[in-house]
Amino acid sequence: MVKKEMIAMLLAGGQGSRLGVLTARMAKPAVAFGGKYRIIDFPLSNCINSGIDTVGVLTQYRPLKLNAHIGIGIPWDLDRNIGGVSVLPPYERSVNSEWYTGTANAIYQNLEYMESYHPDYVLILSGDHIYKMDYELMLDFHKANNADVTIAVMPVPMEEAGRFGIMITDEKRRITDFEEKPKTPRSNLASMGIYIFNWKTLKKALVDMAGQPALDFGKHVIPYCHRKGAFLYAYEFNGYWKDVGTLHSYWEANMELINIVPEFNLYEEYWKIYTKSEIQPPQYFSPDSVVETSIIGEGTDIYGKVYHSVIGCGVTIGKGTVVRDSIIMNQTQIGNCCELSKAIVDEEVRIGDHVRLGVGEAAENEMAPHIYNHDIVTIGERSVVPNGITVGKNAVIFGITTGLDYENSCLPSGKSLIKAGEQL
Amino acid sequence: MRAIGIILAGGNNRRMRELSHKRAVCAMPIAGSYRSIDFTLSNMSNSHIQKVAVLTQYNASSLHEHLSSSKWWDFGRKQGGLYVYTPAVTAQNSNWYRGTADAIYQNLDFLKSSHEPYVLVASGDGVYKMDYGKMMEYHIEKKADITVVCRDMPPKANLERFGSIRMNEESRIEEFEEKPLQAKSRVISCGIYILRRRQLIEMVEKCIEEDRYDFVRDILIRYKDVKKIYGYKIRDYWRNIASVEDYYSTNMDFLKPEVRGYFFKQYPDIYSKVDDLAPAKYNVGASVRNSLISSGCIVNGVVENSVVFKKSYIGNNCVIKNSIILNDVYIGDNTYIENCILESHSTIRANSRYVGEDGQVRIVVERNERYTM
Repeated sequence: MVKKEMIAMLLAGGQGSRLGVLTARMAKPAVAFGGKYRIIDFPLSNCINSGIDTVGVLTQYRPLKLNAHIGIGIPWDLDRNIGGVSVLPPYERSVNSEWYTGTANAIYQNLEYMESYHPDYVLILSGDHIYKMDYELMLDFHKANNADVTIAVMPVPMEEAGRFGIMITDEKRRITDFEEKPKTPRSNLASMGIYIFNWKTLKKALVDMAGQPALDFGKHVIPYCHRKGAFLYAYEFNGYWKDVGTLHSYWEANMELINIVPEFNLYEEYWKIYTKSEIQPPQYFSPDSVVETSIIGEGTDIYGKVYHSVIGCGVTIGKGTVVRDSIIMNQTQIGNCCELSKAIVDEEVRIGDHVRLGVGEAAENEMAPHIYNHDIVTIGERSVVPNGITVGKNAVIFGITTGLDYENSCLPSGKSLIKAGEQL
Repeated sequence: MRAIGIILAGGNNRRMRELSHKRAVCAMPIAGSYRSIDFTLSNMSNSHIQKVAVLTQYNASSLHEHLSSSKWWDFGRKQGGLYVYTPAVTAQNSNWYRGTADAIYQNLDFLKSSHEPYVLVASGDGVYKMDYGKMMEYHIEKKADITVVCRDMPPKANLERFGSIRMNEESRIEEFEEKPLQAKSRVISCGIYILRRRQLIEMVEKCIEEDRYDFVRDILIRYKDVKKIYGYKIRDYWRNIASVEDYYSTNMDFLKPEVRGYFFKQYPDIYSKVDDLAPAKYNVGASVRNSLISSGCIVNGVVENSVVFKKSYIGNNCVIKNSIILNDVYIGDNTYIENCILESHSTIRANSRYVGEDGQVRIVVERNERYTM
């Protein structure tokens, strides 16, 4: 019989719409992070480092990049004879076919997958956070408390607690109550969206609640378990944990990696983050290049100057180009004599010569100010920016653009130029 | 491809000086992220050779670690695979490999149990790209018994350590001298051969019967008049790692854009073991010019005209010039290094100074205590 003590279900189907054009063609977990990684590498690496070798990855929104990245799980050692990684998209059935309508609904639709491993515990994860966590310690806590459900929580500053789902516990960390985005929080323990369920508790809750539209863990399943008198415990986590849900938090989290001893250290030996490495050669610096306080991926050629930036793999930065406070993702080519300041440039972008990004007076973005803000200029995947273009702050470009798309070779601050098929 | 591969990776070389104390030549780190055997392994994989034997003997632990999984070169398949053979004591044999032909003889079962009609034999210390499929077409077209890859050497190169070849106008090899003091020809053998599998089995068995053990001397040279041995010239980049000077200059070649472009940007790729290291990090005070830096490095100082391998740490105010820093080297603050090769896992104390004489590269091996978490 096949038997796994604990299996993980990783929710990777969300779009992450506040990342703007970065998630126009891929789900948020597939977005590049920290030079060579993708966001999903962090939970997947945590799984294998915690001794979990069976992971179901639930995909829905734009799964192509995610599928290609995960493959059969070789980079994370999740290519197993029994278990390993399985990509689980929604599927058609003879009656009542539906998309994944909520986090718990997605898990409900894969009861069969979980059942086949006869697990004692199921770990629910989301694929959009940057952190290193030993789930085995959380399981030890779960067992020691004889809990039915354990929720990972993180202490946050009291003034920010209103943005999270807050857990109220007794002195033994048993959850007595919870509140979603409270105006006057009674506790500062924020739910991280990481749950360990006893398999029987999870199965019963999902089956009982199956009729609930948009079945969600935080909104429905956890309250249901609480109502039924299940033992809910809060497992406190105090390490680095970052939700990279917005362009600004994404930019910040990348920039934090550059600090001399970053709070989130990728250079530790004992908790490696694994990723699919397609590009292996070393990086080259030309005789007149300059690089300072940056991290740079494999196979990148630097002919210009790079300050305080995160550069991916296989990137070329041309002669005389100056890159500051920017994120440049894999395989992007930047021409000569460009100037980039606080730019997020997605994968496989072509930027011509004498292009200036992020210059001039700031102005609020006209199309989506809640997405494009903090003076960041964003260039979407596989976009082309021709020679001699000047782009302002809070601007966004997506698609193959030519000189004709710009007035006076300029895209002023706050403007959007979106040419690629589906819009945001 | 209808061939199996044999990589001769057992050799040592005194000219590698201290660098060979730790590892076989085939495991020498090259171009920041690779080892010399990666080139031959990738060429075989890219030429669709699916079954490869690597014959190791001298100081093979680094090499064995590197070959611990075959998936990096895409060999771990049901049809084929990567086999590593070291000398083994058996009822019939208690010798080390007494030569290249003996190494093949001691693993004759690998040849006998295969079904592919051809064998590609290559040394594992070459840095080159090659489509062996084209070479095999040539071999068949010429109706050759053995085809030897060869190359024109520049007029000033020292040929003492190569096999020297003279061919007729049809490219048939008429003269073959192993490591001549005074070479008669500027054409050398690259140590890569194609022949029929049955032919190889027969020749090697005969060799051993006569107490002869060397593939070049006792097969190629001995048979050159009775068998049709042809030369197949390659014109692209090819180097082999046989001395510290070769090793140094081959690594430095990768600072040239045309060499990097040829190996890293043009199809097909060269593969190596993936180490899952973080991207390289450059702190305040870092300055890197005309250099290659690999993943996992942390740079705080100045690096010029150098190749830095994986996972090295360069401290504050350091100056590294014209040097090669192998894997996992720790360089303490205020250190000056010029014209050196730093052996892997070395720990250099702060405020040190190592300078190699011009024209003579200095090899630095420092086993100091390192503070680790």
